[in-house]
Amino acid sequence: MRVHIKVNQVQRDCEVESRALLSDLLRDNLRLTGTHRGCDTAQCGACTVHLDGVAVKSCQVLAVQADGSDVVTIEGLAGADGQLHPMQQAFSECHALQCGFCTPGMVMSGVDLLRTHPRPDTATIREALEGNLCRCTGYVNIVEAIRVCADRMAAKGV
Amino acid sequence: MYAFEYERATDQKHAVKKFESYDAPRYLAGGQTLLASMKMRLAQPDALIDLGRVASLKEMNVDPAGISLGAMVSHSTIAQSHEVQQTAPWLSDLAKGIGDRMVRHRGTLGGSLANSDPAADWPAAALALEATIVTDRREIAATDFFQGMFMTALEPSELIVAVRFPQARRAAYAKFRNPASRYAVVGVFVAELQHGVRVAVTGAGPCVFRVPEMEQALVQSFQPSSIEGLHPLFGDLNNDMHASAEYRAHLISVFARRAITSAIHRA
Repeated sequence: MRVHIKVNQVQRDCEVESRALLSDLLRDNLRLTGTHRGCDTAQCGACTVHLDGVAVKSCQVLAVQADGSDVVTIEGLAGADGQLHPMQQAFSECHALQCGFCTPGMVMSGVDLLRTHPRPDTATIREALEGNLCRCTGYVNIVEAIRVCADRMAAKGV
Repeated sequence: MYAFEYERATDQKHAVKKFESYDAPRYLAGGQTLLASMKMRLAQPDALIDLGRVASLKEMNVDPAGISLGAMVSHSTIAQSHEVQQTAPWLSDLAKGIGDRMVRHRGTLGGSLANSDPAADWPAAALALEATIVTDRREIAATDFFQGMFMTALEPSELIVAVRFPQARRAAYAKFRNPASRYAVVGVFVAELQHGVRVAVTGAGPCVFRVPEMEQALVQSFQPSSIEGLHPLFGDLNNDMHASAEYRAHLISVFARRAITSAIHRA
């Protein structure tokens, strides 16, 4: 089936099977391998992307369901000049990654949280990360990075 | 996941017509349960009829007499709706506690009810609030809707269009989550309606059920102390690796009291 989809501001046209997942389309058709397949059962959140403005687990959405939609992946967060998104910057500075496998999903969830809660407290951040697992268990610095990013973005008024 | 035909419904009639043209189709709402079941081959439909673009299933109508929510309204939309928060905060609170943030963005009210998972949250609200399930062909009272594990009164091609929740005087939902899966081991929805009290329990039986002895006690006095020592007979409750039937009976009593307390404090 044909899927017309905007990914990271670029219009794409892909041929997929009806059973292909959005994560399959991103990784296999478009080679955007920053979206990680962790569990493929919607537990771990490593495949989190933004679909029409909200965070979803791309392993739990069919590619054909996303036809006509606007998708942002981890590759689409940084500026065209390579400048990191403030969330990526904060993750780097706060050492919010160890093995890095969960990181794309954590960053996408963090950005989505600040959309609805620009100044989240620790409990809100932890609740928002319910669907993202870090098997290195490095949650403390991940929570800290999201808080630091929120403070910075609020200070800059973005 | 096995291959299947994919059909994108444009409106309700089109959805039903497409459904009826296959042998073993399923409607696809948010897909947060169905797609996972298909990956595990617990469900093997020959076609999915995607309801994602049917605008009439996403309508919301909030007025003082009650709330009507379209079948395809997401948990997240219900959780974030100021109107729902103002009129029936017990609904937005319940929605806020389903799954996780990403699952709530996709998962829908109608999908949850149609699936009637023994541990789903929405059936408890529907039964306790005496909701009406509006389909493409009739209206079904929640009392008649839930018939067993993954079983409802829906006919094969029948499509949930909306759910009407009448206004309650006060109500609240409290649940005990499985520490790993986060599904309700036991969830209790308590509602004080104009004409009585309803206590609906999810997670503890093959499908959602009421606890009449608690309801009668609460009509006398809507206080946690009224139901002290009352719980359903545990012979009928789920007994599995997550919790024994006896433990579930205990949890029903504890979480019913918590729900009553939060209903009182919110009102």
